[in-house]
Amino acid sequence: MKDTIESYVTPDGRTIGGVLMEMKNITLRFGGVTAIKDISFDIREGEIRAIIGPNGAGKSSMLNVISGFYHPQEGEVWFRGDRRPPMKPYQVAQQGIARTFQNIALFEGMTVLDNVMTGRLTHMRAGMLAQALWKGRAEAEETENREKVEKIIDFLEIQSIRKTPVGRLPYGLKKRVELARALAAEPMLLLLDEPMAGMNVEEKEDMSRFVLDVNDEFGTTIALIEHDMGVVMDLSDRVVVMDYGKKIGDGTPDDVRNNQAVIDAYLGVSHD
Amino acid sequence: MPEQLLFAAEVTLNGLMAGVLYALVALGFVLIFKASGIFNYAQGVMALFAALTLVGIMDGQVPFAHLINAIFGTEVHHFGWHVPALLAILFTMVLMVAFAWVVNHFVLRHLVNQEPIILFMATIGLAYFLEGFGDIMWGSDIKKLDVGLPQGLNGWIDETTFNAFGYGFFIDNLDIVATVIAALLVTALVVFSQYTKQGRALRAVADDHQAALSVGISLNFIWVLVWSVAGFVALVAGIMWGAKSGVQFSLSLIALKALPVLMLGGFTSIPGAIVGGLIIGVGEKLFEFLLGPALGGATENWFAYVLALLFLVFRPQGLFGEKIIERV
Repeated sequence: MKDTIESYVTPDGRTIGGVLMEMKNITLRFGGVTAIKDISFDIREGEIRAIIGPNGAGKSSMLNVISGFYHPQEGEVWFRGDRRPPMKPYQVAQQGIARTFQNIALFEGMTVLDNVMTGRLTHMRAGMLAQALWKGRAEAEETENREKVEKIIDFLEIQSIRKTPVGRLPYGLKKRVELARALAAEPMLLLLDEPMAGMNVEEKEDMSRFVLDVNDEFGTTIALIEHDMGVVMDLSDRVVVMDYGKKIGDGTPDDVRNNQAVIDAYLGVSHD
Repeated sequence: MPEQLLFAAEVTLNGLMAGVLYALVALGFVLIFKASGIFNYAQGVMALFAALTLVGIMDGQVPFAHLINAIFGTEVHHFGWHVPALLAILFTMVLMVAFAWVVNHFVLRHLVNQEPIILFMATIGLAYFLEGFGDIMWGSDIKKLDVGLPQGLNGWIDETTFNAFGYGFFIDNLDIVATVIAALLVTALVVFSQYTKQGRALRAVADDHQAALSVGISLNFIWVLVWSVAGFVALVAGIMWGAKSGVQFSLSLIALKALPVLMLGGFTSIPGAIVGGLIIGVGEKLFEFLLGPALGGATENWFAYVLALLFLVFRPQGLFGEKIIERV
């Protein structure tokens, strides 16, 4: 692992490690529209990193670049000390980067348990025949996977709906199932695209608690996009602020809060 | 027991056997529909093509013989060897996998995220292409397919029923073999889709492409896999129907019979395809037997479609299909 800065300990006692992922001068264009303009930032091991900004700032595009759904025209993506070649989303997932979606992408026809189990697909190694016959390695693997999945289901308090088809669940619970599926992959980096969008205050508090607990309990590095400034400031260790595809701020919540460009972007300023 | 009732029982049994063959074709549709939401119009032609290829390889036919002879003025038709059935089946399967790869690489890959109707149209094109390709490759004459499956009247059943009821049932050996093979195939498919990693991935892809990608599933791999399995099912169906009624163009039309089977059983259910096939098989034979004379006969041509129509009205998702509930 390439370390540029030593690891450090946060005020609340968590250890933040070296650089896990680094985005270098990323530019992403759709035809004539530039969604991301020359943005660089890094994500360090064990931290909760937020990307915030007003609507259309390019936050989701940035997350899609990290997870391989979009490929930037310029710039480099570095992961675990190596430059990452352009990858398909499924390859990124196999590398240990899991994500959730702004508009929720779950397998609606499957039960909660089956949905979360799909998160383990990248960890299944046994041959097709062994799995079909339920023999040897496949059996041990299935047991191990089930144990991990049950642990996550307990952790996110969705035991009571394990056998319910996801299509029948209300919005807030779907979001939680999606988080469970991403967690089941035991990712090195967890990407959350607006995990609190469309939730009421109570649900937001629940989700914030889960995000913090996940980081604390599993030590998972989390990069999240959020619209709501208040939530982000409480959750994250460091914040990237984007506006119109450009980075206008980067630092601790306190740094960012006092940054004039950020205040302007959020409160609006007359451009004269 | 009255003669009439015994005859009805025999008709029912024969209907069940015919139903198994319908189910075999329907299975191919269900597999692809489940994994990609595509109604594969080409499934019937795939069965025809598989059967043609099998016969061609077994008889040592030179592929594209007509074309080669027309261009080079030669007179080649046969290599002059005979390939054993099992080996020929293996070769044919390799070709069906290659076909799956070609379909994915040149057609499906470019149509990701398109409307289902576009994909459906693509499979119609595929059907006509494959039909013509099969013609050019192997010729359009009717061929006899004999992979060594037992055929003809089953003497044991005939004798036993004759001794018991004084009326011998006529059951074709081939139908019995088809039933056994279909049962094995279905069991294998169910185990595959429920218990293996690939099966789970297949169900995931069927449900949501984006989500499937995000948990590390390669869509291309799954599609090639599914079309290969559908090719395998087509091959089995092609062998059965080909052995029964010869390998000829009409083989591809049995695909149209699979349509009502799917409406009955539900487009997304493997057991549904089986039960639907059996109901249609038995239903059309019994209907013809009981009401055919009164209605002027030939009811087998339309019975399945009318039944499917009734299902569409009263139970559109079929017997076992998923009822899609959307929260509004």
